[in-house]
Amino acid sequence: MAPFICIKDISKKYGNLSAVDNVSFNLDKGELFSLLGPSGCGKTTLLRILAGFETTTNGSFEIDGVNMTNVDPADRPVNIMFQNYALFPHMTVFENICYGLRRTSLSKSEINSRVEELLELVRLSGMSKRKPKTLSGGQKQRVALARALARRPKLLLLDEPLAALDKKLRSETQFELCKIQEQLGTTFIVVTHDQEEAMTLSTRIGVMNDGKLIQLGTPKEIYEQPQTTFVADFVGEISFFEAVVKERKNTHWLLQAAVPIHVSSDFNLVVGQKVKLALRPEKIMLTSKPTGKINEFQVDIVDWAFFGAGTQYRVIGPEDVKLKLYQSHNQPSQSHVPTLKTGFVNFSPEAIIILQR
Amino acid sequence: MNYFLQRFGRLFVIWLPLVWLILFFMLPLIEMINVSFSEAKRAVPPYNPAFQFGPDGISFQPVADNYLLIYKYWEDYLWPAINSIRLAFFSTLYCLLLAYPMAWWIARSNKPLQHILLILVLMPFWTSSLLRMYALIGLLNPNGFINDILIWAGFIVTPIQMMQTDFSIYSGMVLSYLPLMILPLYASLVRLDSSIIEAAADLGARKLDIFKTIILPLSVPGIIAGCLLVFIPAVGEFVIPALLGGPEQLMLGKVIWTEFFRNRDWPVAAAIAIILIAIIILPIVYARYQDKEGIS
Amino acid sequence: MRYDVPLLAKLLAIVGFGILYIPVMIMMIYSFNSSKLVAVWAGFSAKWYRELWTDDILLSALYKSLLIGISSSTISTFFGLFIAIAFVRFSAFRGRLTLSLVASAPLVMPEAVTGLSMLLLFIAMETTFGWPSGRGLDTIMIAHATFGMCFAAVVIQTRLRDMDRYLEEAARDLGERQPFVFISITLPLIFPSIIAAWLLSFTLSFDDLVIASFVSGPGSSTLPIVIFSKIRLGVSPEINAIATLMILTISAMVLMGSVLMLRREDRKNPTQL
Repeated sequence: MAPFICIKDISKKYGNLSAVDNVSFNLDKGELFSLLGPSGCGKTTLLRILAGFETTTNGSFEIDGVNMTNVDPADRPVNIMFQNYALFPHMTVFENICYGLRRTSLSKSEINSRVEELLELVRLSGMSKRKPKTLSGGQKQRVALARALARRPKLLLLDEPLAALDKKLRSETQFELCKIQEQLGTTFIVVTHDQEEAMTLSTRIGVMNDGKLIQLGTPKEIYEQPQTTFVADFVGEISFFEAVVKERKNTHWLLQAAVPIHVSSDFNLVVGQKVKLALRPEKIMLTSKPTGKINEFQVDIVDWAFFGAGTQYRVIGPEDVKLKLYQSHNQPSQSHVPTLKTGFVNFSPEAIIILQR
Repeated sequence: MNYFLQRFGRLFVIWLPLVWLILFFMLPLIEMINVSFSEAKRAVPPYNPAFQFGPDGISFQPVADNYLLIYKYWEDYLWPAINSIRLAFFSTLYCLLLAYPMAWWIARSNKPLQHILLILVLMPFWTSSLLRMYALIGLLNPNGFINDILIWAGFIVTPIQMMQTDFSIYSGMVLSYLPLMILPLYASLVRLDSSIIEAAADLGARKLDIFKTIILPLSVPGIIAGCLLVFIPAVGEFVIPALLGGPEQLMLGKVIWTEFFRNRDWPVAAAIAIILIAIIILPIVYARYQDKEGIS
Repeated sequence: MRYDVPLLAKLLAIVGFGILYIPVMIMMIYSFNSSKLVAVWAGFSAKWYRELWTDDILLSALYKSLLIGISSSTISTFFGLFIAIAFVRFSAFRGRLTLSLVASAPLVMPEAVTGLSMLLLFIAMETTFGWPSGRGLDTIMIAHATFGMCFAAVVIQTRLRDMDRYLEEAARDLGERQPFVFISITLPLIFPSIIAAWLLSFTLSFDDLVIASFVSGPGSSTLPIVIFSKIRLGVSPEINAIATLMILTISAMVLMGSVLMLRREDRKNPTQL
């Protein structure tokens, strides 16, 4: 069976500059997919291509087996929620939401009941006569969502849907958005530069940089098995260091960095190969005395920052290996130890990520 | 010391222009009202002030003769008033029809072209209207450029009468006031966020539909501002009816001029001026009211 | 997606630009016509430009217009600046409503009404106090300064309003006292608008026919008055020549000014004019 949404080899060039470079991926019905990347990585351009506002230099875009590449924005079963919401300032909430419906074959009473239903969905019943400028940021966002959902699109595009909201409201709205998406079963593509937002919202994430789709996977895969330095660095905190493959032991690979390091035998490595290793801060244990565990060495503590639920440390090991590590305060023994000048770190072989690029 | 300097500076900044404007703008208007209620006579100056103070004390004898005169010879005065409104109204309309596509084009152009077009609008805005009207006469005259071309090309034998017609007035008004209509329209159209237009297209609206439901309503403040900027000076226009119009295109500005300079009937001229002010206040009040309703 | 302007609208726009430019361009071409008959092209000649220099009436009118223009627009700019400061920087003061009324009403007053009312006042003042004795350059200058300052105030006000107030507050925080904050911070920042205000009031004065006609006396005819009386006699190559010179001068100034202004705006905020 063909995938519900099929994006194939899409490229967009401005002169010599590639804004989007050969991006392909498929989505199933009902997925909440995030396009994650720094500003200028081409994610918004890709979104605008899917909405129909930009033409492609190359490639195709299909929904439900129907080619959409050259269809006018007005005729696509795709709707977009703009970053600045783009609410029509001269129309009321009601008029904004029914703008799209008026341009369908629905009758007046059908339109009215549909708008009521949508207002209920976004919890704005009773606000239908208000003008956009009298609404709060969160309310505007919900009107924009209702307006974009009104025509029952097969695909909803959301351009930085939460960027204009303040932090507290953002996390609330995040869950609400997920709830609505689940309830309706509409396929969502969310563009965001906020990795935390992408992680919490989506079923799958596509990381973009320089117009290319670098890695595609579930939030867990993206976080725990980043394939490139860029993805590892962009998503969450991480420390890097270089090592050379020494030998294969029966359960582990032995690598030589400043200190010997054991990594999981699952990796395909060759003796003598140079590799780049990465470690998530929360996977590293810090102790005041040596414990005798595998992958343990002494470090100097350079700096620490108290976060409430945990403490983040910056430490330097042998040969200037710099590590970031995070100790959660979930056990009394692990609580904040700022008096230490030096300490010992250890991490399990499975915690280590080997980056291909 | 510094406190007094500031205090004095503040008073100076406020009262200097205030006193000047009261003296040379308010007082003249009050004096004009005074003269409009005065009795005309053959003297220098040619009226007997209604309100007067002099060596023999204060006297106040208003007469409504001038307004009665205007009422009595209403064909001579009311007709130019209606004519002024009619010509100004249609001039405003023609300006709007031409200015809207111009402003739209400028607002939607990319940077270099936008700058060039804006400068092309600003240059006539700054140059003397009198000289541009003169240039227009050179085109419209019976032996002017257009008639010459048409006769030379064999389309006509005798020149078309274009001067001293409504056509010449409208041409002059459009030439004179078009930039004043374009600038506020441009300002309101350029502010229009392109994502709003895209949102409409995304929701299924076609081009004409987008224009009617989004672009046009959102440019209403610009339309109102532009129409006021054109209509108000057009109603009181003197140069255009004087140079391009005939007896059929008599407007109040010219009537004031004629009453004052030719007939030397200053009180009647003052009374007509007051009627002209009344005509102008109406659209301004209307626009204020619209503004309060909150269109923008 | 760019919502492209429809072709019909572009064509109408081109017609609009044509109306603005074609009459003036044809007039400019004919100013180089060697024939006295305006309608007949008899070859290229600059003789009408040479004749301008021998026309004493025209030259003296030009001198008067420049004199009135420079002096009145200087007064206008100062007073306009005062009005702008009063409105933008002083929150509430006695006379604010009156000032806003008398500073905005001249903007919409028909020239014939302004001219007539001023003349009537000057005459009333003359009969009461003996000043001004007769009408001349001084009365024209007063009249031009009066409406010029209202336009100048609008121009400067817009800029002053857009200016970041924090800059002034930063200067005060760093120890500068009020009148000097204005001189060292505000004035340099709004300077382009002051220049624009001066130029606007100068051109308004220099182009004004109607008000000047009312408040001028014998022997104080400005350039527009002289040109107007010449135009009434009909189209002549000599007026073509002087009109061409005036329009080219103003256009060159506008061109330079706009290029400078638009460049500045480009870096800052492209939406405002």
